Amino acid sequence: MKALRNFLDKVKPNFEEGGKLSAFRSVFDGFETFLFVPNTVSKNGTHIHDTIDSKRVMSIVVIALIPALLFGMYNVGYQNYLAAGTLEQASFLEVFIFGFLAVLPKIIVSYVVGLGIEFTVAQWKKEEIQEGFLVSGMLIPLIVPVECPLWVIAVATAFAVIFAKEIFGGTGYNIFNVALITRAFLFFAYPTKMSGDQVWVAKDSIFGLGNDLPEGFSGATTLGQLSTGSPVVDLANNGVELKDMIIGLLPGSIGETSVIAILIGAVILLWTGVANWRTMASVFVGGALTAMLFNAIGSTTNQVWNLDWMQHLAVGGFCFGAVFMATDPVTSPRTDCGKYIFGFLIGVVAIVIRCMNPGYPEGMMLAILLMNVFAALIDYCFVQHNINKRLKRINNR
Amino acid sequence: MSETIKIKKGLDINLKGKANEVYGKAQLPELFSVRPDDFHGIKPKTVVKEGDQVKVGSVLFYDKNNPDVKVCSPVSGEVVAVNRGERRKVLDISIKSDGAFTSEAFTKGKPKEMKADEVKSLLSNAGFLAFLKQRPYDVVANPNDKPKAIFISGFDTAPLAPNYDFIMVGREEEFQLGIDALSAITGVQINIGINIDQASKLYKKAKGVQLYEFEGPHPAGNVGVQIHHVDPINKGDIVWTINPQDVAMIGKAFMTGSIDYSRSVVLAGSCVKTPAYFKTVYGAAISSMIANNIEGDNVRYISGNPLTGTQISANGYLGAFDAQITVIPEGDKNNEFLGWIMPRLNKFSVNHSYFSWLFGSSKEYDVDTNVNGGERAFIMSGEYDKVFPMDIYPEFLVKAIIAQDIDKMEQLGIYEVAPEDFALCEFVCTSKIETQRIVREGLDFLRKELA
Repeated sequence: MKALRNFLDKVKPNFEEGGKLSAFRSVFDGFETFLFVPNTVSKNGTHIHDTIDSKRVMSIVVIALIPALLFGMYNVGYQNYLAAGTLEQASFLEVFIFGFLAVLPKIIVSYVVGLGIEFTVAQWKKEEIQEGFLVSGMLIPLIVPVECPLWVIAVATAFAVIFAKEIFGGTGYNIFNVALITRAFLFFAYPTKMSGDQVWVAKDSIFGLGNDLPEGFSGATTLGQLSTGSPVVDLANNGVELKDMIIGLLPGSIGETSVIAILIGAVILLWTGVANWRTMASVFVGGALTAMLFNAIGSTTNQVWNLDWMQHLAVGGFCFGAVFMATDPVTSPRTDCGKYIFGFLIGVVAIVIRCMNPGYPEGMMLAILLMNVFAALIDYCFVQHNINKRLKRINNR
Repeated sequence: MSETIKIKKGLDINLKGKANEVYGKAQLPELFSVRPDDFHGIKPKTVVKEGDQVKVGSVLFYDKNNPDVKVCSPVSGEVVAVNRGERRKVLDISIKSDGAFTSEAFTKGKPKEMKADEVKSLLSNAGFLAFLKQRPYDVVANPNDKPKAIFISGFDTAPLAPNYDFIMVGREEEFQLGIDALSAITGVQINIGINIDQASKLYKKAKGVQLYEFEGPHPAGNVGVQIHHVDPINKGDIVWTINPQDVAMIGKAFMTGSIDYSRSVVLAGSCVKTPAYFKTVYGAAISSMIANNIEGDNVRYISGNPLTGTQISANGYLGAFDAQITVIPEGDKNNEFLGWIMPRLNKFSVNHSYFSWLFGSSKEYDVDTNVNGGERAFIMSGEYDKVFPMDIYPEFLVKAIIAQDIDKMEQLGIYEVAPEDFALCEFVCTSKIETQRIVREGLDFLRKELA
């Protein structure tokens, strides 16, 4: 480590103002602070500081995403082999490596594009690189369908990082969740790459692994099929059961399908306190109550209404959104009470969109983005309540 | 006594290097220094110059805005330097002690039997009024104001803080006379916050005071927190605060007829070989206390506690409002490899992504001055709320201060807070935001705008 430190110290002057490589100062600084904790000491205020920092927080979220990522990779392979009917012959490793090779380019594209913009902006603003995109960059590949082309992901990531984050001032100032803006951009600008029944299963073999599927092959998500009226979720017969939804070997966005994998992530986030349990729990409560309501009313034409509340929570992107997206501290309310309302309404709106809007089979993304808008308003109400209490104290003298 | 007030939010930081309850032996130093900056909020007008002979209680400088607020020499001897900085601002006044501690005259007597004006002018001339602070703004009190109450925190919950039960032993009579004097000049209720875990015999014996018992972690000992829970400050209110040792200091002058600025301090921290208490005088050089008593060569000396204290050098001096000298390691040469992802079992964190919360509260930590990360915008929410036991939204208040939005600051309760109340927020902050500096600047800004 000493040698590495000495090497960094030796090359450092090149990257400072006026040095040969000063155009890469932010990049060097980013790597240096990742390798070694900066030796800055407190100059004023408290002389001691907690060991936590934003690098730690962001890496915990990335770690929490790993189970969903790994399962997603396996599921990509599983869906391909299943569709081709060769699942029986394929080994676990083959299936996983195929999925790994299908997903890896998306992760790389998302990070290269996003971090590239972050590095450039940091260099331009002469600031330290902020870690926020470490999480967004991992979320983006997990919330797109496997057949979404790389160039589309690149365009959407660039759009989201620039217009949803950097123009607001960077990490900590954004109003909307960056990863969800990426997805929303894809959803509305390239709907054919994001929805329908053509995008959810990988169709091409990679390096001899996997199978080439016929051009017209279709495999829709459970919610997609339900919204077109096909009763795939049949409690009595052999349709998709709750068990399948929880295990998650179903077509869907890469990371969203397995409740178990997401649950492992949720445990990590809650154990470390990085995600707020208030938001997370309220999303589930809101979603469950709304689902019960629709289920009680029932519908003969819309199959989504007939899902019971557990199926609603387990299917599609509900869990993933509740655990990883709704809990983003920057775009949710800052007050504890506000988080209950925020989370609850996300759950409600997500199920309402699912049930009442035939255009969008999945409502989680729009629900969270909608509530991101209201986060500040929710905070305003609680802060104003505190202010009024203080005013009342004066008037009661 | 009223019921116990339970403080639930907060944090006790268990640091290595706690002092045993014994007094160490150290001669009083030759050099003393008084820094006008310690007396925040006053505009100093210096009345001594190099070479002047002074006694204990001779005026060094007074406040231009309130000439009754005088700051006096803690020692008898010769003024050796008046050090000035930019725009001739007085940085400090150094005095070489003659070792005799000859005092200016003070009228012995019972403040209860004296007239208010007489007591006030005695306190003013002896420099005692400068030790009264006021809220709002956390500045030296204006003696012409009429406060609604006086608050004294009878204990200190900060890391490595002195035990007031120990340092106040045997000072009952002095303390009572001090209380009488404060009561005589203001005529308002004097409230003392005491700790449920301490005997607080001295406070319980005191007459003419109202006691409030507190239970809970730091910052339960912060006087601002106590005020908030007993009788919160509204816009327009003024509350005075003073340290228990300074009350006894005032009382002692009435008892003996001479001015004596001596006080007990604790020398603590993981870099101190034998942490102990010392009897010294405000403004005294710390050199005699730390001689042969420090481990390591890259250390930080702090006058005060590690959360709110002032950094001083090894040749530095005890601050006017401090009863603690802390010595902890500097963290500027750590070169910690990949620290942000390591388990860091020996480091303290309130965050559960580290494991210190599993080791219980009895494990002591050796914390250095490293910031442990870069400054960021606010990211995590709710961190401040967990260590801020007032009905105030600390993060929103800090944001209002950054925006210099006076109305919002008032509405969110800035009159109730002092920078020290935000010390724990700054400690736990993931984004490493300098909240104490922001709050200090906010209070100064508000005071200037509303003056």
